[in-house]
Amino acid sequence: MGPTGATQPGLWTLLIPKRRGGLARLRQQRSGSWPKVLLLGLVGGAFWTGIFGIAYRVLSYIEKVADIGDLLAAKMLDVILLAFLTILLLSNIITALSTFFLAKDLDLLVAAPVGGVRIYLAKLSETVVHSSWMVALLALPILSAYGIVYDGGPLFPLVAAGAFLPFLVLPAVIGVIITMLLVNVFPARRTRELLGLIGLGGLGVVLILLRVIQPERLARPEGFQNFLDYLVVLRTPTSPLLPNEWATSMIMNWLLRVADPRPILALWGSAAVALGVGAVVHGSLFLSGYSKAQEGGERKVRRPLRGPLAMALQRLPPAEREFMLKDLRLFFRDNTQWSQLILLGVLLLIYIFNIKSLPIHSGERIPFTLVTMISFLNLGLSGFVLAAVAARFVFPGLSLEGRQMWLLRSSPLDARAMLWSKYWMGTAPLLVLALAITILTNGLLRVTPFMMAVSIGTITLYTLAVCALALAFGVYFPQFGTENAAQIPTSFGGVIYMMASLSLLAVVIMIEAIPVSAHLRAAHRGIPPGGAGQLTLALGGVALLLLVATLLPLRMSATRVERMDISSGRVETE
Amino acid sequence: MIRLADLTKRYGKFTAVDAITLHVPRGELFGLLGPNGAGKTTTMRMIAGILRPTSGSITVAGIDLLARPLAAKAKLGFIPDRPFVYDKLTGGEFLRFAAALYGQQGTAVERRIDELLELFELTPWKSELTENYSHGMRQKLIICGAFVHRPELIVVDEPMVGLDPKSARLLKDLFRQFVDRGGTVLMSTHTLEVAEVMCDRIAIVYRGKVAAQGTLAELREQTASGSSSLEDMFLKLTGGLREHQLDSVFEG
Repeated sequence: MGPTGATQPGLWTLLIPKRRGGLARLRQQRSGSWPKVLLLGLVGGAFWTGIFGIAYRVLSYIEKVADIGDLLAAKMLDVILLAFLTILLLSNIITALSTFFLAKDLDLLVAAPVGGVRIYLAKLSETVVHSSWMVALLALPILSAYGIVYDGGPLFPLVAAGAFLPFLVLPAVIGVIITMLLVNVFPARRTRELLGLIGLGGLGVVLILLRVIQPERLARPEGFQNFLDYLVVLRTPTSPLLPNEWATSMIMNWLLRVADPRPILALWGSAAVALGVGAVVHGSLFLSGYSKAQEGGERKVRRPLRGPLAMALQRLPPAEREFMLKDLRLFFRDNTQWSQLILLGVLLLIYIFNIKSLPIHSGERIPFTLVTMISFLNLGLSGFVLAAVAARFVFPGLSLEGRQMWLLRSSPLDARAMLWSKYWMGTAPLLVLALAITILTNGLLRVTPFMMAVSIGTITLYTLAVCALALAFGVYFPQFGTENAAQIPTSFGGVIYMMASLSLLAVVIMIEAIPVSAHLRAAHRGIPPGGAGQLTLALGGVALLLLVATLLPLRMSATRVERMDISSGRVETE
Repeated sequence: MIRLADLTKRYGKFTAVDAITLHVPRGELFGLLGPNGAGKTTTMRMIAGILRPTSGSITVAGIDLLARPLAAKAKLGFIPDRPFVYDKLTGGEFLRFAAALYGQQGTAVERRIDELLELFELTPWKSELTENYSHGMRQKLIICGAFVHRPELIVVDEPMVGLDPKSARLLKDLFRQFVDRGGTVLMSTHTLEVAEVMCDRIAIVYRGKVAAQGTLAELREQTASGSSSLEDMFLKLTGGLREHQLDSVFEG
């Protein structure tokens, strides 16, 4: 019975639940045990230092290259920002689906006398934060390295922030517009087709970008007719109409003391225009899309999952068997989950394509050290791919039980049995994938049988370890209240898991690299390999480390699950 | 069938359940009554093994729940206050899964599933994904899930929420028959009529403690309420609305 035309709540007010919720979560994290805080600090610090260190070394080297150093540095930033832009666009589409159409607070907001533009801005802010925080964190050490190497001065952080803010807003606005259009065609809850399209679109965009840029050419100046051609490629903008180019120019102009306001105008002007267009699209399409989002999804099950797979699982006790079948059904019926297989396919294609593009066996003379280095790089990249896949498919394991945990916890199903089921459900296909990638890429690289054996052994044990780590981090940082399964891996816990598994990978490669390459060098020169003790020690050490990294997290997570208090979707531990 | 001894649950400095001691014998329908936030749901969830008590003990069918959780849980069926089920499973698959969690499978389970779905008029929905079920249908499905493995004890939190009158009546009859055949039901509710009609004995929980317990007659005696209704006794124990509070809502 309030007066009509009462003052509408401001954007800041609309964001209160999110702000307060975020702060409360932060407080809860902080009030956690000291070892946990210490672990987070160490893993995060090590990861950031690593990224900064690599960026700093590469930039310091590039900066000294006569004539083209600055151009190469700009090109590198441009390619990095282009990669970020692709990730941001996909991530924003997935996030906008939740924030604009599936979020639980929408009923309250839409039913309240709040104007469309305010809802749009509030939800857009939420989308930007959710989908961009990881990219922003990753960009921080890279931009810091640029600022330090090129002596950006005390104002550089402001310039970098000024370039990065519209750079984050633009893909968010475009992602939201794409989601609005798609949801109006396909109801949000019937997202099989929707996410399939997004995945395929992503695949197309990435492949086209890769062919346009051809990054491998820049690493092979000898492939150009003459130096001038190379210079022309460096000078030509990679993507003159994309915000990564404008952001790069804005940052590099500051660092190289070039006064040119055009990139600033292009970035901020296009962000402002996009915001306006986004608001108009939201105004005309949101309500119809939101209505469709509430319509029922598929009704009947297309194919009950009880065929050969069910037969194969017959030997297991009923609880474990039905638990695995349940997980499989949920995975293949939840479009936000199975559609991630498309993204995985994209990732693998790019990876194998890049390995194939390497000019190792194209007739050019490549030093033996480089071939060995590439073999280890391949091991590292395979490990990275596996860690990312485990983040997508193993990390959300417990979170996906979500509000149904009451059923599992009140039944006599052993927490360890539940975790083992989840562990092997993720690990078995991942092991097949790991072995396939390793054998295929090492085959393409034509490595020696010894290197092949080291790679296979390492990657097998590493897969066991990353799956255990993914499961454990998922247990320690569960996302029970999530509205979109695709968002779970990009949660805080997911990022910490990625940092931990990549740090483990770095340690493994560091331990193996020197003795293994010494052995390979000796074999290459035809001399008897010395230092067998060192080699055995290194390989044994790696095996031991990876076994500990497998068993310890599994043990810890079983204890944690047993001690978990589940109260209406909230988790507490004593 | 259920024994709670000094059962306590604290969340930081807040005590949700404060040293509750209760005994529910086999073959009884026992009601936990209390206002919102009294600690009923916390107590029920501790008995179901979902929440760990801060202190005290829980014995189910003579088995210490904290020492031998799996053996104790095998005896009970739990019906939570909110019907969260897996959206992407069909009703039939959900019940098959619930039975398997208790180690049960085969044709006997399939027959049982069909019987329960028929009883709650969910048979036409057996092969539908539960994401298409209404709130009441989900509630009925989790009730079927609690009965599918033939438990000795049912722990049910707010059983009537979301049910239509016909289903509510069916549930009352089901609980009564279950108890008459030797089963035990521990039910929490704040619907006084339900408690008055259904329960053999009642405990009134207020601010985490048992304020009074017994049959209706015993409660009247304890509260010195003469022939007054359960509602009057409840308000006497838990504090009713004051008139000036109502006034303040409607005054400018």
